[in-house]
Amino acid sequence: MYSEKVMDHFMHPRNVGEVENANGIGTVGNATCGDIMKMYLRIENDVIEEVSFKTFGCGAAIATSSMATEMIKGRTVKDALNLTNKAVMEALDGLPPVKVHCSVLAEQAVKAALSDYYTKQGIDPLPIVGPVMNDVHEHDNLGE
Amino acid sequence: MGIKERKMSKIIYADNAATTPVSPQVLQEMLPYFTENYGNASTVYSVGRGNRSAIAKARKQVADAIGAVDSEIYFTAGGSESDNWAVKGVAKKQAEKGKKHLITTKIEHHAILHTMEALEKEGFEVTYLPVDSCGLVTPQQVEAAIRPDTALVSVMYANNEIGTIEPIGEIGEVCRRHGVIFHTDAVQAVGSVEINVKEQNIDLLSMSGHKFNAPKGIGALYIRKGIQLINLIDGGSQEKGKRAGTENVPGIVGLGKAIELATSDIPAKAEKLKEMRDIVIRKALSLPKSRLNGHPENRLPGNANFCFEGIEGEGMLLKLDGLGICAASGSACTSASLDPSHVLLAIGLPHEIAHGSLRITFSDANTTEEAEFIGDRIIQVVTELRKMSPVWED
Repeated sequence: MYSEKVMDHFMHPRNVGEVENANGIGTVGNATCGDIMKMYLRIENDVIEEVSFKTFGCGAAIATSSMATEMIKGRTVKDALNLTNKAVMEALDGLPPVKVHCSVLAEQAVKAALSDYYTKQGIDPLPIVGPVMNDVHEHDNLGE
Repeated sequence: MGIKERKMSKIIYADNAATTPVSPQVLQEMLPYFTENYGNASTVYSVGRGNRSAIAKARKQVADAIGAVDSEIYFTAGGSESDNWAVKGVAKKQAEKGKKHLITTKIEHHAILHTMEALEKEGFEVTYLPVDSCGLVTPQQVEAAIRPDTALVSVMYANNEIGTIEPIGEIGEVCRRHGVIFHTDAVQAVGSVEINVKEQNIDLLSMSGHKFNAPKGIGALYIRKGIQLINLIDGGSQEKGKRAGTENVPGIVGLGKAIELATSDIPAKAEKLKEMRDIVIRKALSLPKSRLNGHPENRLPGNANFCFEGIEGEGMLLKLDGLGICAASGSACTSASLDPSHVLLAIGLPHEIAHGSLRITFSDANTTEEAEFIGDRIIQVVTELRKMSPVWED
């Protein structure tokens, strides 16, 4: 059901964890629906110097998170803003139709982290990043 | 990479509630009926002659396995057909007498639930009994739901996901006392628990061959003598005119042999299965924020079903598959729907926990060594996934 690239990124996800001194953190999704992505960015001089993620979700959710971080690492903020779910899907050699929403979530997670970055800089993110499908409910108390 | 990792170890099949392989002994019994004794069982010439007696033998094997009389066994194409026939057949027959109320539970297999929903669209009224946190429904609940116009009570013998065994004998007694027809979907129970339809006051019972090493596409419905129901499949006079269609002779022969083998020594088999099940349960529950779903004691001997907080089921299945273990999950991501299993929701689990479910189901082809291996790999996989989960903190 999954391409080899999806399986590779699921079994060996890149950039997992939390970036120390991250200056842009975004979370999208909700546990009720079974997907939460949290993206960490450290941006310096408009370049994404470090990126990492943590994801609660299925194989496709983890693989799209991993691929999205690979696609924006070392790139400019402008490049990251232009990342689309379609590009993430293509880089993974496609996703089953019921998993397309995972790639949307990955795109939104990057946008949510960039919004947080701009907000922390005192800049209104809305004109730059646009609206984020930030469907985050307060489920972060699930763990210990 | 997944493929490479899979090659490092042999495949351990631990999804026996989904289906089982045809056993070599069963296959041997079936083989002559494909190419040699291929004749239609209704004919008189030599290539069909032995087939009627082969069907009769299988009918006796099935009847003996559940304490029925052979004339009460009807062969079908599987569990779903048996369930559809029992529920629709009885409901529509009873409706002739003005009885249009049906009672079932919220944790039935979709073969029952969707059949009930279809009948609701035709004007039947259905009571869906809730279950407790272990998945149990009580005879008292059934009794309280029975009305003068109740046509049928249908309660599954054992749940396919969480393994809980319902108090079938007690529910049968209640139904008999009130003169209400009682059907049980025993697809998961046959071969795992001892069943006696007479002692347990069961009027109809569904079974499916592929759950106990017969092939897919063959099942049976036990219909107690005197119970009336309308046909689901009209046509020729096979199965005493109640279920048309040229007999699936190889399948029927396979079902007979398989049920004989599966029920020959249930206590010994159950002991072996419980040992494996309990190894996995002990290991899995050593993880924090993990829970066993289903009843701790009244559960199928080969069934273990867990929820692990902070992670999602499909990821577990993929990682276990990479390690050579075939398992199942009730998470939404293993289906096309957004909702996790209706059974896990019915026992009161919130969505976010129900998403993290894992089902391991053993057969007597598994070993305790495999159970140890599975238990250790579950710990490994859950720990790995929790490390990358934003809702998990150590």
